[in-house]
Amino acid sequence: MPRSSCAGGMAKYVTIQVTRREPPPGAQPPGEHCKKCNAPLAEGELERSLRVCPHCGYHYPLPAHERVAQLADKGTVSFVAEEVQPVDPLAFVDLRAYPDRLAEAKFETGLSEAFLAALCEISGMPAALGVLDFRFLGGSMGSVVGERFHRLAKAAVEQRRPLVVVAGSGGARMQEGLFSLMQMAKTVVAAQMLVEARLPYVTILTHPTTGGVFASFATIADIIIAEPGAVMSFAGPRIIEQTTREKLPPGFGSSESQLAHGQVDMVVDRRDLKDRLVRCLSFLRGRADG
Amino acid sequence: MAEPMTPEAAWEAVQLARHQDRPQSLDYVAHALPDFLELSGDRLHGDDKAVVGGFATLGTHHIVLIGHQKGHTLKERQERSFGMSRPEGYRKAMRLARLGEKFGLPVVTLVDTPGAYPGKDAEEGGQAGAIARSIETFAGLMVPTVTVIIGEGGSGGALALALADRVLMLENSIYSVISPEGCAALVWRDAAEASRAAAALRVGARGLFELGLVDKVIPEPPGGAHTDHRAMAERVMAEVRLAVEELLRLDARDRLRLRHERYLKMGSYTVVDSR
Ligand SMILES: [Zn+2]
Repeated sequence: MPRSSCAGGMAKYVTIQVTRREPPPGAQPPGEHCKKCNAPLAEGELERSLRVCPHCGYHYPLPAHERVAQLADKGTVSFVAEEVQPVDPLAFVDLRAYPDRLAEAKFETGLSEAFLAALCEISGMPAALGVLDFRFLGGSMGSVVGERFHRLAKAAVEQRRPLVVVAGSGGARMQEGLFSLMQMAKTVVAAQMLVEARLPYVTILTHPTTGGVFASFATIADIIIAEPGAVMSFAGPRIIEQTTREKLPPGFGSSESQLAHGQVDMVVDRRDLKDRLVRCLSFLRGRADG
Repeated sequence: MAEPMTPEAAWEAVQLARHQDRPQSLDYVAHALPDFLELSGDRLHGDDKAVVGGFATLGTHHIVLIGHQKGHTLKERQERSFGMSRPEGYRKAMRLARLGEKFGLPVVTLVDTPGAYPGKDAEEGGQAGAIARSIETFAGLMVPTVTVIIGEGGSGGALALALADRVLMLENSIYSVISPEGCAALVWRDAAEASRAAAALRVGARGLFELGLVDKVIPEPPGGAHTDHRAMAERVMAEVRLAVEELLRLDARDRLRLRHERYLKMGSYTVVDSR
């Protein structure tokens, strides 16, 4: 049983299959060979290429802090909203108590919740940057994710910064019941603050982006970027096949398929991501000389 | 904190909420909104029969009514995909809501869906984005908005029509982030544990009211709403009318601000001193 089984935080539309696609990042270093193409990797080669296989282009999962380090300028990062911490509003116990699942996720990831919020500069441009970490209970959206998103959006508006959010999520945090569903509404309303302030909002969708996250703040951005090979869906493939008896084609829900169906603006290799993001932000900033 | 229901009581609510004879949107129309004028289509792709909508008169007010319709007979349920909307259904809802906005008509939604339609075409047609846009659209309406969860409030497919100034729930309706069966399969790895999941998720109206997630619980006739459609419809529309009239007394900008504040406050967390 892969450790991802602890991602019990995922809602209806998420399949265990999605979480089993690969081992949790960081838990098993790929060693000397790419686990996708089996090409030999020199020591440190994967890290230098931003955890993208230089041979086959496979994008390895990225812990939130590494993502921030890849996108933000060195020495410009300050983390915000860390003071917002989870509780157990329903005293939810299934096979294990929710607080135990939280404690384990904290211990294993070194994160205090699934959403890491930062103020930083991106190629010299001040920005607000949020990152969901799939390792923390499947990147599921509970009350803390929603409130940290809200505080980050608020800080962005107050300081006139664009908001950039990297999504990677199995969906809603089931153990918080309807509170977690309401985070879809909350994050959408929070993102409206940027609309009203005419500030840029860009999302980057990584593998996997599903359920309530995909159907809320991830898909209302001004510009939506997807990483290659990421899978996005609202309902999970297994639910679709069970409910409709439809056979899903290979590549269903992939970034490339989403691009073809008009659901994302561009699919961008992680090694080009920062440059592309900066180009997007500079266009959204308005005046060419601004 | 509110005590959870027993699994048996929670499961009874689930069964009543899904009862085939439970009044649906068009039953409320038939019994309490005699001049309902149905409108169709999303103007982009099609007409989703899982969502119905149009104009109606509530007391002295014209309103836009939008609701899920599961269907009662098997044939109707198939035609309406058991109340599971595709993107065109959410786009139809948005279109009608904007029509209400344009002409100053309060928007009333009746929610009754197992969830969004899980299909290949729906996904490729932008299901997630349609739900997100619907939430965004309802969040931004300047007109009063009232939602009644009349049966099943299934996850994002329900929320897409359920962001409102006032959210009311029928006594035996349910509202949940995930179906009890789905939850049971995920965490207990046994769908037969659905009654325990229903209790743990607190899907019932009373529990959600006590948690502050819905504004009011509307009592049902003894035995459940299906035993008396007319009484249920009259009671629900009386409550909706009260809510609309109360909301109309507010300044439009205040109403919008209060709605945004309400949703920005949603959640249960703690704030620790980080200094
Ligand atoms: Zn490779």
